[in-house]
Amino acid sequence: MNELTLIDEHGKRSDGRGIDDLRPIKITVGVIKNADGSAFIEFGKNKIIVAVYGPREVHPKHMALPDRCVLRCRYHMSPFSTDTRKNPAPSRREVEISKVIRESLEPSLILSDYPRAVIDVFVEVLQADGGSRCAGIIAASVALADAGINMRDLVSACAAGRLGDNIVLDINDLEDKEGDADMPVALPNIEQITLLQLDGKLSSNQFNECLNKAIQGCKLVYEIQKEALMKKYFGNEMELKEEVV
Amino acid sequence: MSSSKRSTIIVEQLRKQQMLEALLRGKRLDGRNFDSYRDLEIEIGIIDKASGSARVKLGNTEVIAGIKVETGEPFEGLENKGALIMSAEVLPTASSHVEPGPPDEEAIELSRVVDRGVRESKMLDLDKLSLIPGKIVYTIFVDCSIINSDGNLLDATSFAVVAALLTCKLPVFVVQDDKVVNTGDFMPPPITTIPISVTAVKIGDSVLLDPTMEEEACMDARLTITTQSDGDFVALQKGYAGPFAISQILQSAEIARNKGEEIRSRMKGLNKTG
Repeated sequence: MNELTLIDEHGKRSDGRGIDDLRPIKITVGVIKNADGSAFIEFGKNKIIVAVYGPREVHPKHMALPDRCVLRCRYHMSPFSTDTRKNPAPSRREVEISKVIRESLEPSLILSDYPRAVIDVFVEVLQADGGSRCAGIIAASVALADAGINMRDLVSACAAGRLGDNIVLDINDLEDKEGDADMPVALPNIEQITLLQLDGKLSSNQFNECLNKAIQGCKLVYEIQKEALMKKYFGNEMELKEEVV
Repeated sequence: MSSSKRSTIIVEQLRKQQMLEALLRGKRLDGRNFDSYRDLEIEIGIIDKASGSARVKLGNTEVIAGIKVETGEPFEGLENKGALIMSAEVLPTASSHVEPGPPDEEAIELSRVVDRGVRESKMLDLDKLSLIPGKIVYTIFVDCSIINSDGNLLDATSFAVVAALLTCKLPVFVVQDDKVVNTGDFMPPPITTIPISVTAVKIGDSVLLDPTMEEEACMDARLTITTQSDGDFVALQKGYAGPFAISQILQSAEIARNKGEEIRSRMKGLNKTG
């Protein structure tokens, strides 16, 4: 039944994409004046804004670590971001997502460069459309780069999932609710996985295919992240280059 | 102080002194007149999932308001009226001084003052938003997120709320066999007037409109005046420890009416195009 509604005989999905297509992604860097680093991402219908503050002094002070920086992360959904209004108080889901986002970003950062300090990452979902944690990670990593935090690499993220017998890239809201499996993956480009979750059922073969597909998705996303940063920091030079050509 | 987020206390004190000296010469640090606002940008319909939404940029201050509509029980004592519920959160993205967590006293004052302007002006005719009198009414949530804060959150938030309400499309609910059914149709909101809030601050003997965060850091007192379309006052809020002279209050009230009318005409333009 799911196959009929979510993927048609031509391999087209409910939003017109093929099985290997990402939703349109647009990242804008440096959108929040007061923040040390920031990014706004439109990922399908997701609209997420991320601010980074720090490295700065830790409050409360007992949280400070002598040998490295503390990374704090808050994922929060605006009350108007969902179909039915979301209570503004943090839910258990948001607490968990805050944790996995933090843990997916942490390995990419060289936190030992900032002992006794804290870096705060605030991920605010203005409109949610399935895959908001991946979109949040993508924007957060770009915002951390914008803040000039020392990092090994950007973290990119993308989900893959199963609709009936088909393994598809980048699950949207409808596919998340009606599909059979959703597996968000994050990897810094150095081929290390920092986020892996699964919600649904996959066979061993399907799991391998899903993981590979998600990694390919991450690589596509990585290029878009780099482009967004290039545009902010070297935008004029890029135009010059084109003129020369 | 936004422009000095990495500066020391000494730099902040020098900046304050510079501001006070400029004010004595009749100037503001950003070159504005005492009674002029920063650039005001209003963008509507930015959140598809909301029944109405607006992003307001007032200089570097940025606020998003979104409206969600549900049905529910009326408030006690207002059994035949729709319920209007407003909240505002200063997001931790807004400045390095904001801590995540439940709204603090300033955020609560903010949403209450904005709420008061809309409620007391009867901008929305809540009598028209009752479904089964005494039992089920429209519940209209207006939630505001402050994305970046650079002073005068009160006016920026109020403008965002008013713009979102003016341009929202309410789902049409009908009563069938004592049950409420969503018809899938939409209707314009029952608007009666447009409340506009104008905030003035007193620094020394000067009264300035639309303060930046730097100016707020130096202010002695703050006064927010909300007028409706016919020029009547519907809400006032004086904040901070310092006093206003009576003449300053009367003068501010007159300025608020004129300035309010100017901003109101921008809002009316939204309603036509939106």
